[in-house]
Amino acid sequence: MRKKVALAAGLLVLAAGCASEPPAAAPDGPVKIKFQSLAWQKESIAANKELVDEWNKANPKIQVEYVQGSWDNVNDQLVTSFEAGDPPDVIHDDSPALSGFASRGYLLDLKDKVPAELKSDIPQAAWDTVTFADGKGGQGVYGVPFLQESQVIIGNKKLLDKAGVRLPTPDSPWTWDEFAEVSKKLTKGDSYGVAWPMKSPVNKVLNLGLNFGGTFFRTDGGKTTVKVEAGEREVLQRIHDQLYKDKSADPAALGMGAADPLPGFYAGKYAMLPVGVYLRQQVVEQAPDGFEWITLPPLKGATAEQGAVSQTLSVAADSKYPEQSLKFMSFFLNGSNQVKLAKGDWLLPTSVKAAGDPAMTTEENGWNVATASVKNLVVAPFLKVNGFDEWKSKVATPTLQQFFANKITLDDAAKKLVDEGNKVLERYNQ
Amino acid sequence: MGKALRYLALAGYVVFLAFPLLWLLSTALKTPQEMASLHPTWIPRAPTLTNFADAFGEQDLVGSGLRSLVVAVATAVLTVVLALPAAYALARYRSMINRIALGWVLVSQVFPFILIIIPLFMVLRRLELSNTLPGLTLVHVTFVLPFALWMLQGYVRAVPRELEEAAAVDGAGRVRSLLSVVAPLLAPGVVATLLFAFISSWNEFLFALIVLKDPDVATLPLTLVKFTGAEGVVRLGPLAAASLLATVPSLVFFAVIQRRLRSGLMAGAVKG
Repeated sequence: MRKKVALAAGLLVLAAGCASEPPAAAPDGPVKIKFQSLAWQKESIAANKELVDEWNKANPKIQVEYVQGSWDNVNDQLVTSFEAGDPPDVIHDDSPALSGFASRGYLLDLKDKVPAELKSDIPQAAWDTVTFADGKGGQGVYGVPFLQESQVIIGNKKLLDKAGVRLPTPDSPWTWDEFAEVSKKLTKGDSYGVAWPMKSPVNKVLNLGLNFGGTFFRTDGGKTTVKVEAGEREVLQRIHDQLYKDKSADPAALGMGAADPLPGFYAGKYAMLPVGVYLRQQVVEQAPDGFEWITLPPLKGATAEQGAVSQTLSVAADSKYPEQSLKFMSFFLNGSNQVKLAKGDWLLPTSVKAAGDPAMTTEENGWNVATASVKNLVVAPFLKVNGFDEWKSKVATPTLQQFFANKITLDDAAKKLVDEGNKVLERYNQ
Repeated sequence: MGKALRYLALAGYVVFLAFPLLWLLSTALKTPQEMASLHPTWIPRAPTLTNFADAFGEQDLVGSGLRSLVVAVATAVLTVVLALPAAYALARYRSMINRIALGWVLVSQVFPFILIIIPLFMVLRRLELSNTLPGLTLVHVTFVLPFALWMLQGYVRAVPRELEEAAAVDGAGRVRSLLSVVAPLLAPGVVATLLFAFISSWNEFLFALIVLKDPDVATLPLTLVKFTGAEGVVRLGPLAAASLLATVPSLVFFAVIQRRLRSGLMAGAVKG
């Protein structure tokens, strides 16, 4: 038995020697910073690694280590790293996650640190998505926004042409009324005009709600409450009508995730999918030979405005090398590099220079329509709401799922969203 | 007829158990177009190895697999080494303290692990074991040990105390009696506990995610999750290919060790 214990202990000591943390940089040696990326698509990972290599070759004194994280669990991992004082130096995440991190002092305020060239290349609307309370009564900028997502409609070109409907353009988009009419026209037999994948309905509904001025939250005197009035009800009612009144949307698709209706889309079961722009990549990769599809611009209600969230790069407050991290970020997110990153992720660059690049405005794979939709993006009001995550998971998600499953009325849903939601927010307002 | 029915039922059960593995294999060999078909097929129409090439090309599957193997084997061995004497003591020497200790072992299983993650990580950092495989092994042993202890003490109890007494009457000392009489009878229990500890460690994700930050020390579950994106969108092909490969070491481990499980039982019967 003793031999076994000694052997096991020996193995562990040996393994410890093999897998210990990399030695700290020598005083005059290169600075090493860790960049945790959440890239996951093949082209996106390649673009990230290529840019890191390019930087490392040109900057021998600031070496960047590429660390790949994953969207599934990044925030659990980051919270632990922040609490233990061992976060990556440069952090890739999305803007909704930054609010909480910022108020707890985990992230560096970049307000006066972003180089002028980068700052002016990104519109204020995108900067608004990363501007949050600092937890001490002020406001700070806690990331550089670089990729954005809008909701577009991916359509089956043959079915749309056959139905003889007007194809919308960014300058002349469909209204929600037109969309409803087209969906009805495209519904025949077992085929539906549209599929609404609503496994995670909250962000989609809240972002689209802005079409009719629905902000869902009201802040008075520093106190935030939930509101579900005419503007907020509009999109909810219209989707519900498609499901149960017009029967032009398939109720079976309600429980699906974003990419789940794609097989039905390729098979002609659904003529249109309202989805994020990034899903075009899946269509390009998976669609059967000869399948013709088209990207249609966002719908218009009172306006075509949509709530925007951004993918961001931030610097950890505990980073030993904040200046070097910011230098790397400025390189990584310059206009031409944002083109590579946006192409890799099939998302929209925030950089004005990048958005004007021919690769971003080509008609191929609907890039022109996708890029044009950036002008409709405004900061999502829920981004600024302290307690939004809890409201979303405990109140909004189950309530909207019940409503879309036709188990409760819109009045019931509105009451639940407001009454139960305000109870949640009350704790955060104190 | 009865025999034929039994075989049929057995075959059905085997197919039921094998379904996930066969589906994984089928998916790993399909093109993206076939995977996205509304009418899935068992046999890929145009089998491809692209998913395997992508999985290996993009992620360090071999390295992370080897690291997982080191951690899982070390966890299994350490767990049994630590649990066995404690289990024997708990089973053979009954006292109030032992009963309380056993109760506490069970109670310790009801705490959600997420509660202890941050303090645990800080302790590991203090010991300079964060970001290391020994650190992860230590954590895995810690969370597998209570249940392993519970399992083993049950196996010890199942060995009749009279056998040890008979060995003593025959002149065997305590060590001889433990090695020659008790150990062979405990072998199946030890093997089952090894399997439990190995699989628990092999599949463990949350602690690995928190403890291992450096890509050079990532274990297999951390590598597999990198094929998933936002909003539940998954790169199914490479994920299926990588997951299929991830099941192989477990299957091999089972295949090797299950014979020990059987021979242990037989040995016990002869001695008894």
